[in-house]
Amino acid sequence: MLWACLHFSDLPLRAIVDDSAFDDGDEAQPCVVVDGPQQRQHLVYLNAAARHAGLREDQPLAAARALCARLHARTRDVAAEQRLLLSLAAWAYRFTSHVSLSEPHALLLEVGASLHLFGGWAALERRLRRELMQFGYTPTLAVAPVPAAARTFALRHDGFFVDQREPMLAALGNVPLAYSGLSENAITLLYKVGLRTLREAFALPRPEFARRSGPATLAALDRLRGIDTEILALYRPPDRFAHRIEFDHLIDAWPPLLFPLKRLTSELALFLAARDGGVQRCDLVLEHEGTAATRIPIELLTPQREAHMLYELIRSRLERVALVAAVNGIALIARDLPTLRPQHRDLFEPQRAQALAWPELAERLRAHLGDEAVRGLALAADHRPERGWKAEYATVQTRHRVSPAADARDALQVAQTQSPRPLWLLHQPIRLRGTPPQLLAGPERIESGWWDGEDTRRDYYVVETRDGQRAWAFAASNECDDWMLHGWFA
Amino acid sequence: MNAIVQSSALDAVLKHPGVWRRSAIAQHQVRAQATGLAELDARLPGGGWPCGALTEILFEFDGLGELGLVMPALAALTQRGQRVVFVAPPYIPYAPALVAHGLDLNYVVHLDAAAADGAWSAEQCLRSGSCGAVLSWMPQCDYTQLRRLQLAAESGDALAFLFRPARAAAKSSPAALRLQLRAEDNETSIEILKCRGGLDQRRMTRLRCRG
Repeated sequence: MLWACLHFSDLPLRAIVDDSAFDDGDEAQPCVVVDGPQQRQHLVYLNAAARHAGLREDQPLAAARALCARLHARTRDVAAEQRLLLSLAAWAYRFTSHVSLSEPHALLLEVGASLHLFGGWAALERRLRRELMQFGYTPTLAVAPVPAAARTFALRHDGFFVDQREPMLAALGNVPLAYSGLSENAITLLYKVGLRTLREAFALPRPEFARRSGPATLAALDRLRGIDTEILALYRPPDRFAHRIEFDHLIDAWPPLLFPLKRLTSELALFLAARDGGVQRCDLVLEHEGTAATRIPIELLTPQREAHMLYELIRSRLERVALVAAVNGIALIARDLPTLRPQHRDLFEPQRAQALAWPELAERLRAHLGDEAVRGLALAADHRPERGWKAEYATVQTRHRVSPAADARDALQVAQTQSPRPLWLLHQPIRLRGTPPQLLAGPERIESGWWDGEDTRRDYYVVETRDGQRAWAFAASNECDDWMLHGWFA
Repeated sequence: MNAIVQSSALDAVLKHPGVWRRSAIAQHQVRAQATGLAELDARLPGGGWPCGALTEILFEFDGLGELGLVMPALAALTQRGQRVVFVAPPYIPYAPALVAHGLDLNYVVHLDAAAADGAWSAEQCLRSGSCGAVLSWMPQCDYTQLRRLQLAAESGDALAFLFRPARAAAKSSPAALRLQLRAEDNETSIEILKCRGGLDQRRMTRLRCRG
């Protein structure tokens, strides 16, 4: 195991973004983050200007104000810090599955397992720093075989790398007690005894050390040395994706919504790639001022992950929605995140320029025409013509032949035993107008359905009109003059 | 010597796919799917419905056998596991009759598209290359749409069938094959209005089907 510790010392400041004075660009303004009870607030984080003004950590706010009159102070927001750290953990999850948030303001990443994949530590370190720089973070980081030691080094020696135990212990020995990560009381006690560095603490006999400073401090030292294995709680990526973008102004048409939608779908795709999953169902929420939000449910036939595919599918659904009111926010929420089984493609398969496999084509058609518009056809075991077929929404996605189920076999039997049926069936039987047709075949009595209240009793004939059209018709009621047309032998 | 050079140059010109030769010798390299009607096959270049091309079927009234005409080809396609898509049909394609014609319903798709979306859907299906045949019904459609369908059928290498009313026969069309169905004395005749790739002298031949 090789642990990299990324320490974000400016996290308290980053968590407070609502004040423009806290912008990093404005270096001249001394800014501090304060914590503690209202009466005795003390400084937690200072920017460079505040430090230059002579302020320091743990100073009471009143003292700080006395030193520096034009001081900007903000109360610390621990929940926001945790949220930031979680989003950083989600980012770090793409490098390793072992990400821990157990240290304050820091991420612990197990990098040993995939060091070769990323081309060694030097390359990985550059990449981590570059990507974090894009988000605006400049952490200090260090690598050691023991997580607690990695954190200690990250605080003190930025960029320190050690992968063996012996050199690590030697380096740890030089660390002053104040940076050791031990509890405040233990440090004070050891300092009073006359110890200055960790080496001197390590050299003490264990039973005596435990008796004087307490077993907790000894355990902390053991964790630092790697004698005692530390059990870390690992970060687990959330099972739910919910991102939201709020607009500064109202939007009353769908085209301007496409840009934020593109951002949301690419975020979703990144999230799915990190989880190694796909999305099958999600909701696009359009928030309005005053009225309830519009929810656009998006249901896909198969899990998807590709950003451009998701964008296209959601976009064509969005296009078909009439906006009830101006939109001031857009959110994408995905809960159903099944594992994705990517399609196998033959390496030498000839690919046409615009070729699209059936599942993707069906998906695109459904997105454009509506979920119910794409359907398969199936037989139904019923003698009544209008019930002899049914729309099948499930078979649309299957790529393989479905083995016939019991009722499908019944339906096939019904279909095989009956006399010829027309290719076109009318949605509703209509009156056949014009001169009386010529009878070609019939009658075929269809009498069924007494059990479900739609009792049908008709005599069907194959007839031919004067224009040469072949039709499937039945005599309306008892009189034979009026024909009801029910299908065409097209 | 000079004559030989000239004739080989002429051959090269004649082999160009854009050149149509009127003689029956030119009936080559048209890939086709048998129609199931031996008489019709004999009159079509390649012996059937042209693959990767648009076929127009014009008919005056419903129920002349216009859909039955393509059923043998569709049955063959679905049996081979190729998808057949009905885009916005005017009535319900009746599943028991499709089965009776030998279609495998697992590969039959019914698209319920509004009038404006019919052309788009048909084009998407044709272009994708994952459909064996696409049947569409467009009472109103202009030359541009037909051209798009023809190009989509070419790029997706699918059979495209377009069913249109008989009054469209007078308008020009980029389709590779145009057939018109007429009812005459208890029989339906098929007239080949246009056929890319030959058979000029037999164009007016009438073919009787269905007794």
